Amino acid sequence: MKTSTLMTSILNAKHLSLVGLTCLVIFISGCNDSNKLSLHERSIIYCSEGSPETFNPQLVTSGTTIDSTSNQLYDRLIAYQGQDNIIGPALAKSWHVTRDGKKITFYLRKDITFHTTEYFTPTRTLNADDVLFSFNRILDKSHPFHYTSGGHYPFFESVKFSELVEKVEKINDYTVRFQLKRSDSSFLANLATDFSIVLSQEYAQQLSQRQAKHEIDIYPIGTGPFKLKEYRVGSLIRYYRHDSYWQGKAKIEQLVYDISPRETSRLTKLLAKECDVSSYPIAHQKITERKDLQLEAVTAQNVGYFGFNTKKAPFDNKLVRQAISGAINKQALIDTVYQGQATTAKSLLPETSWAYNDNTPEQKYDPVKAKSLLEVAGYPQGFSMDIWAMPVQRAYNPNAIIMAKLIQADLKKIGIKVNIITYEWSAFLRRLSDGEHQSFLLGWSADHPDPDNFFTPMLSCSATTTGNNRTFWCNESYDKLLQQARLTTNISKRKQYYTKAMAIIYEEVPLLPIAHSKRFQARVTNVKGKILANFGGIDFYSVSKKNGIKINNTEKETTN
Amino acid sequence: MLIFTLRRISLFIFTMLMLAMLSFSLSFLFPGKSVINLSGQINATPSQLVTLNQDYQTDKNIIKQFASYLSRIAQGDLGQSMASQSPINHEIVKLLPATIELSLVALLIAMFVGIPLGFIAAINHNKSSDHAILSFAMIGYSIPVFWLGLLAILLFSIGLGWLPSAGQISLLFEIEFVTGIQFIDILLSDSPYKWQAFNDASAHIILPASVIALAPATIFIRLSRASMIEVLATGYIRAARAKGLNSRKIIFRHAIRNALIKIIRHVGLQFANLVTIAMVTEVIFSWPGIGRWLIESIYQRDYTAIQSGLLVLSCFIFIVHILTDFIYAALNPLARGNAHGS
Repeated sequence: MKTSTLMTSILNAKHLSLVGLTCLVIFISGCNDSNKLSLHERSIIYCSEGSPETFNPQLVTSGTTIDSTSNQLYDRLIAYQGQDNIIGPALAKSWHVTRDGKKITFYLRKDITFHTTEYFTPTRTLNADDVLFSFNRILDKSHPFHYTSGGHYPFFESVKFSELVEKVEKINDYTVRFQLKRSDSSFLANLATDFSIVLSQEYAQQLSQRQAKHEIDIYPIGTGPFKLKEYRVGSLIRYYRHDSYWQGKAKIEQLVYDISPRETSRLTKLLAKECDVSSYPIAHQKITERKDLQLEAVTAQNVGYFGFNTKKAPFDNKLVRQAISGAINKQALIDTVYQGQATTAKSLLPETSWAYNDNTPEQKYDPVKAKSLLEVAGYPQGFSMDIWAMPVQRAYNPNAIIMAKLIQADLKKIGIKVNIITYEWSAFLRRLSDGEHQSFLLGWSADHPDPDNFFTPMLSCSATTTGNNRTFWCNESYDKLLQQARLTTNISKRKQYYTKAMAIIYEEVPLLPIAHSKRFQARVTNVKGKILANFGGIDFYSVSKKNGIKINNTEKETTN
Repeated sequence: MLIFTLRRISLFIFTMLMLAMLSFSLSFLFPGKSVINLSGQINATPSQLVTLNQDYQTDKNIIKQFASYLSRIAQGDLGQSMASQSPINHEIVKLLPATIELSLVALLIAMFVGIPLGFIAAINHNKSSDHAILSFAMIGYSIPVFWLGLLAILLFSIGLGWLPSAGQISLLFEIEFVTGIQFIDILLSDSPYKWQAFNDASAHIILPASVIALAPATIFIRLSRASMIEVLATGYIRAARAKGLNSRKIIFRHAIRNALIKIIRHVGLQFANLVTIAMVTEVIFSWPGIGRWLIESIYQRDYTAIQSGLLVLSCFIFIVHILTDFIYAALNPLARGNAHGS
């Protein structure tokens, strides 16, 4: 019968698929014992928090884009090295600064190769033309590539790069000279940031010929340890190792960014070992409890502070500012607002900066002294004041409203009544620049580790006119110290100047530094090597996977 | 058989026409201009708008508009997604296979678990194993799928670390898109890590497919139990018993075959149910299928994607129904004369 044969075949098919299922189970359980390292052991999956806007760090300041591109795809002429963020050689094996500080000559390495990819095969190694191309693209408005991706170079605009650099010259194939209009000691620091990368001029030429100039920032070619293989917007970035990288090839062969904007899904993937490293993890407690996971943190180069409008009474009186600073319990703010994920700011500069001096004086919590200072200042009965709390969440201040409430409670103890005021963010900033406030909670994230980036933009006299210095505090001796520090390249001298500047801040208290927040990252324990840099974006070059060790995720015995 | 086929085809055409009409009327019901909702070109320049209006004949009466809409669908032009600005038919071609793959695996799991369990329950009618299986079916049917999915991730991915929680395959493997059915693409690829990839893809599909399979499996249990009980009570089984055949032979030779026929057509009906469950499950397990895409489109108010996605999905489910009808008819000649559609 026709029906019965069909049924038999269905039954047979059922048997077959049962056999298939059994095979599958055997496969899953037994196949991983291959003697060669599996693909998984030679690759790293990083759960990142967002898609990059572009593959060219020159065009952005966003941390997500820098993390995804800068250190992976490119190199800089010079780079920060070591714990102290001292500037060291990179693409330039050495450099020379003339005595007047206006001419800086870079001597390039000769063995630097660009990426070979499906879309570009380099015929030459890096030379002066590439450096000229990369910087002239930013400086020269008539450069064919200047407007290719919108013509905005926000980092370089913020440090007034084109106003500083007179021109970039090619001396010979491996020597480049920057001519500056004036001496500026933060110039080298700017060149060492994640933004000052070197592109391939040969690739740009090819793109011009193909009428595909816009591809330069979409299909990147650099000299970095990894090269782009594949990018799917909102889904993944796949990097392959650049095998002829000038510092030796990376230990991992493949680096995949799994773009997972939801923090819960990043946590799940980390816990399920679907990613090896996760950015900005939540549930720190859970991660530290598990033996197979590690939580790490670096203190970011930022500062959250409480500032005073020194042009308005009663804050034009230094004693009042000192009194209020002494009455605030910073440790309580850090425990509550940052949940312990930050370090107390002793001064404007984070302790990780090379210019930080351990002897820098710090405002101590002392309500009794604060009360007496207030009496000396002529306010024995206290007074009423406004605190402007920023309405947005930032790393340097995760919740300004709560912080303002805590300060309110602290100041009540010395008889000061506090009103908390907040506006929508852009209105908040505008009104601050107009000087409508009495005191305010805000912060600053540095663009590069040069200490000048903390002192000048926040508190110099010139910054009062641009609206960045919202304390409107203008101190001539402070400004002079900064200027002297900028003019010299002698590190120990600069450190002395900045120490003196911090002493002035301590004495005058235009603002009270509160905290330097930390940046967190979680990883599976068998991933070795440094990823979080002391400064700037993450770097996967020195990362490796230690294999063969299986750690059970049994919970650690609590030690505290 | 010819009349049966023609009847199904005409049913298909009319249903699709109704669906298209619904989808077309949605473009007027959604906020915004209907021509924008249909084409998805939110950033159209004035000159582009003029061509769009011409293409969709918005100046003509509603019948003509509908006709031009139909002709565009027939050409495979579903407009472009308002969110990503890429053609919707491209997106669907990429996403639908993943959903089909997941649903098929889930269906297989549901069948191979549900039907035998139902038979066992029927054979042990009113015994304790029958009760155990029935209560399992009841519990399984009552558990909401989103809760089960999260629970499965918590237990098997996070707690035990056995199975991955998200996606179709580990991102490490580069599998070229050919058919969109991951397993076929892996076998077709020339990657040196084929078998690692195959293992990995299998490990990825187990959790979501099992979660989806639970509800249909419980239905299969109850269906197959009922149909088996019915078959066991028929005269020919009694006759076989009287002839002295042992119960093993009775069940394998006679009962199972006849009980299965009654279940086959329900498999098709369950498929629609299964795709609905799959849509929710895809969100939980980040499965790159059409369900997740559709739900994201709803979040993003991507009206063009919602309209076209619904049209394609319902069309797909309808085709599956017709196919199972054909299989059923091929297996059971009695059904071919059936005057009513299923």
